[in-house]
Amino acid sequence: MKKIFVLLLSVLSVYAANAQKYISKNGHVSFYSSTPIENIEANNNQAASILDASTGELVFNVLIKSFEFKNALMQEHFNENYMESDKFPKASFKGKITNISAVSFSKDGCYNVDVTGDLTIHGVTKPVTAKGSISVKGETVSAESKFLVQPSDYNIQIPKLVEGKIAKQIEVRIDLTYSKM
Amino acid sequence: MTRLYLLVAASLLTLLTAKGQDLEKLLDESTGNGVNYVSATFKSTRIVNGHSVERMSEGQLDFRISHRFGQLNTGAYNLWGLDQANIHFSLEYGITNWVMVGVGRGTYEKTFDGFTKFSILRQSTGERKMPISVSYFTSMAVNTLKWEVPNTTLPFWDRTSFVHQLLIGRKFNERFSFELNPTFVHRNMVATELDPNDLFSMGAGARLKLSKRVSINVEYYYVLPPMNDYRSQKTYDPLSVGFDIETGGHVFQLFLSNSLAMIEKGFIGETTGNWADSGIHFGFNVSRVFALK
Repeated sequence: MKKIFVLLLSVLSVYAANAQKYISKNGHVSFYSSTPIENIEANNNQAASILDASTGELVFNVLIKSFEFKNALMQEHFNENYMESDKFPKASFKGKITNISAVSFSKDGCYNVDVTGDLTIHGVTKPVTAKGSISVKGETVSAESKFLVQPSDYNIQIPKLVEGKIAKQIEVRIDLTYSKM
Repeated sequence: MTRLYLLVAASLLTLLTAKGQDLEKLLDESTGNGVNYVSATFKSTRIVNGHSVERMSEGQLDFRISHRFGQLNTGAYNLWGLDQANIHFSLEYGITNWVMVGVGRGTYEKTFDGFTKFSILRQSTGERKMPISVSYFTSMAVNTLKWEVPNTTLPFWDRTSFVHQLLIGRKFNERFSFELNPTFVHRNMVATELDPNDLFSMGAGARLKLSKRVSINVEYYYVLPPMNDYRSQKTYDPLSVGFDIETGGHVFQLFLSNSLAMIEKGFIGETTGNWADSGIHFGFNVSRVFALK
């Protein structure tokens, strides 16, 4: 009988572990390209992500067409000529927070984390690592990260004519607010 | 007892598999795809002379400068038309994402013109499916040429003309777009009694992308012939062929057309050039968009 009890306990604990998933549907992703000639910025407020708090697994999806530029023509060029968003509608990330054990989801606080995984942009997948932070406040968990992406790594061609206007390294900022799933 | 064990083990297993569920799938399930609007049916608000279904987005100002040179068949003396230039420039602005307005001025008959274009339907996939884009275009033009008949005055309204147009377009695939434009033109005053005040026309335009930044555009308007053929001037249906070249901030359109005027009233009703005897003009439009918002 004791054994059954132990088993039941373990079942319950699995349940509990299972419940430790967090989702974010209106995450904010922005990117900046800064050159002496022109600064370009785009914002997207429809990023979606799920974080598994027990394993540190992290998935992330963003629709390319939801990036908003100040200049509508630039937005059209971004979709049509650079990202080819009809062919590659999404950018995604699938990876892991490697030091998830350092984060206590039950205690308020801010924790630095290391993220590693595969980033897919423009149909090209590359392994990436980035630093970020997770802050826990009651039921909500928010995550932030900032990293650099090189368009040429993802087969995004930039014509000679505008080379000076688009940075070689684009800074990507991610700001997500998760709630329990 | 063993049964109980089995039961517990089985429930454990199902839980474990549930836990191993692909996070990616879970993410796809919990987020919809939304409405996916088709963009860039045409690269510019004009196919060549006439309007396309495209409009300026909210807060975007388009400054356009267009030229039509003289007719090719005027020969070497006029450098095949390049000595003569007709200009049209305009400022066009997106008030909201579905209404744009514009004002312009053209050399042709020293015309001032103003237009409004409403986006009625937008081609989309995803949660809302719409096979076509539809816009409604209406414009008014005022001819400001000096009135040369002595001892008479020309009332203002006799200088005006009006256009109503439905723009029905579809982007068939990444490279090919097509548009049909049923058009009605009313001219308050025409040259002689025999010329029609009202014109009915069916326009057609197409875009074929040759590369990411260059496309070939064709535009033709079939003008319903008037009942009589005693018009003061023989006119032809406008046909234009050219390229759209996009260079980041600008869109350049370079083309050949048998019409000189750059507004609907002129190119639909008053095209006197004929492709068959090289009565065509070289022309270009330059569009520069500024974000005012």
